[in-house]
Amino acid sequence: MSAPSAALSQPGPGKDVGVADLLGRQRARRNTTVKALCVLSTVIGLVLLASILATLIYLGFNGLSLRVFTEQTLPAGSNGGLQNAIIGSLIQTAIGTAIGTPIGLMVGTYLAEYARGSLLDNAIRFVSDVLLSAPSILIGLFVYEIVVLNTGGFSGWAGSIALAIIVIPIVVRTTEDMLRLIPTALREATVALGAPKWKMITQVCYRAAREGILTGILLAIARVAGETAPLLFTSFGNLNPSYNLNDAMASLPTTIYAYASSAYRDWVDLAWVASMLITFGVLGLNIAARSLLRRSN
Amino acid sequence: MASDHTEPVKLDSSRMRSETALGAEKITIRNLDFFYADNRALKAINLDLPEKRVTGMIGPSGCGKSTLLRVLNRMYDLYPGQRATGEVMMDGENIIAPSVDVNHLRSKIGMVFQKPTPFPMTIYENIAFGVRLHEKLSKSQMDERVEWSLTRAAIWGEAKDRLNTSAMGLSGGQQQRLCIARTIAVHPDVILFDEPTSALDPISTLKVEELIDELKHEFTIAIVTHNMQQAARCADQVAFFYLGEMVEVGSAAQIFTAPKQKRTQEYITGRFG
Repeated sequence: MSAPSAALSQPGPGKDVGVADLLGRQRARRNTTVKALCVLSTVIGLVLLASILATLIYLGFNGLSLRVFTEQTLPAGSNGGLQNAIIGSLIQTAIGTAIGTPIGLMVGTYLAEYARGSLLDNAIRFVSDVLLSAPSILIGLFVYEIVVLNTGGFSGWAGSIALAIIVIPIVVRTTEDMLRLIPTALREATVALGAPKWKMITQVCYRAAREGILTGILLAIARVAGETAPLLFTSFGNLNPSYNLNDAMASLPTTIYAYASSAYRDWVDLAWVASMLITFGVLGLNIAARSLLRRSN
Repeated sequence: MASDHTEPVKLDSSRMRSETALGAEKITIRNLDFFYADNRALKAINLDLPEKRVTGMIGPSGCGKSTLLRVLNRMYDLYPGQRATGEVMMDGENIIAPSVDVNHLRSKIGMVFQKPTPFPMTIYENIAFGVRLHEKLSKSQMDERVEWSLTRAAIWGEAKDRLNTSAMGLSGGQQQRLCIARTIAVHPDVILFDEPTSALDPISTLKVEELIDELKHEFTIAIVTHNMQQAARCADQVAFFYLGEMVEVGSAAQIFTAPKQKRTQEYITGRFG
C-alpha cells in the first residue's frame, strides 16, 4: 500500500470552506423541512383526535343526566335511559374477563415455564398471536355458529364467551412476556430452598410479575369493553330490560349501534352519552394500567 | 522451581488461616464428570468437603468451580441436557443419583448466589417461605425462627423494625445477608456460596466474610470466589480448578504460600486468569 509518509498527507483536494458552508446550509434546510413535516403530521393527528373528543364531550354532556343511569332503554320519545345497557356491558365484560383471564394466565404460564423450546410451544404461541390480531367480527361469527345456533338463540352467555375469546390471547401474551422477564437467579434461589416448581411459579414468579400481569388484564378489559362486533352475533343487544344471561342482552356498544343510526333525536343523544361513557371508562382503565406498570418498573 | 515464581499474591498473613485439622468429611466427591450437552465441564473431580470447615474454590472463569457447586445441590436438574456422572456421597447417600428427592436434598444443602435474590415479599415472608416448604410451625415458632435466622445472619438489628416491609427496600449488602438468613432458616447441613460478595461494596463484603467465619461452627461451607484474598481469609481448605480439572487442594496456607503445582502458582501470582 502507500508509504507511511503518504498516509499523513490528506488524499484528494483540500477542504474548501465554501463547499462545507454550502453542505451545512443544505443540511439545515433539509432538517427544517423534515421537522416541519413531523410537526404538521402531529398537529393533523392531534386535531382529529381532539375534535372527536370535543364532539364526544360536547354532545355527550348535552344528553347526560341522572336519568341515563336510572332509566331503562325505552321506546323513542319516552325519556328512556341506559341502565340496562350499562349493567349488561358490565355483566358481559365481567364474565368474559372471569372466563378468559384464568385460561390466558394458565396458557401464558405454560408457555413461559413449561413448554420452552418444544413444538407445542411455538404452535400455541402462533395460534395465540393469530387470535390476537383476528378481526373481532370473526370471533362473533364463530361463537354464533358454535353457541348461538346450538342453544337456540342470542344470549348474554354467548356474548360473554365471545369477549372471553378476545381476552385470552391478550392475557397469554402479557403473562408470558412478564414471566420471561423474571431473572433466572430469582428462580434458582427459590428452587435452591427446596421449593417444587409449581410453588416457585405460584408464590414467587407470579408475585414478581404481578403488576405486569395485572396490566395485561386491565388492557384486555379495556379492549373488550368497547367491542361491538363480537356482541352483534351473540348477545345481539336487547332494547327490553333483561338481565337474564340466557336471553339476548343489552350492552353499551350494541345500544350505540342501534341508537346512533336511528331517526329519533333522544336516541341519538343517548348514543352520544353511551359513547362518552365507554370512552372514559376505557381511558380510565388505560391510565390505571399505565400507572400500575410504571409502579412495577 | 524458579525463585521469581515464589512471591505469592500479597496477602495479609496475620489474617490468613493457620493450619487447622480438617476433621471428618461431610461430602466426598469421587470421579465426578459433568456435561453441558456434549461439553465436558468437569473432569474426574475428587474432592472432600470436611465437616464444619470452609472449602474455598478458586480458578479462572469457566474453570468449573461454579459448575461443581451447582452439582452439589442438583441445580443442574432445572436444565435439560445437563448431567453429572460419578459419585457425590453425603451421609451415606449418592446425592446425584436420580432417585434422590431433590427438594429434600436442597433443604439440606442451601445456596447463596452471586447477586442478592430477595423474593418480592416482606422480610418476614422471605424467611418464612423457605421454612414453610419443609416444616409446619405455629405463628410463635415461626416468629422465633425468623428472629433466630436473622440474628445468625447478623441482620436482625437492621431488620427487626421493618419485618413487614418489602425486602426489596433493603440495601444490596442487607439483601445478601437476608438471603443467608433465608438459607440457614431451613436448617441445612451444608451452605454453598457462589461468589457471594462480588456484587457488594467492601464494607458489606467484610460483614459477609465475618458471617461465613461465624457460620462454619455450625455448617459445612463451600465458597466459590474470584477474590484470592477472600479465599485466604475465609477458607480452611482451598481447591484450585483449571479447565474443568481440580489441579490442587490443600490448606489455605499451603496453597497460597507453597503451591505444589506450577499452574496453581501461576494463577495465584497473577500470571493468568
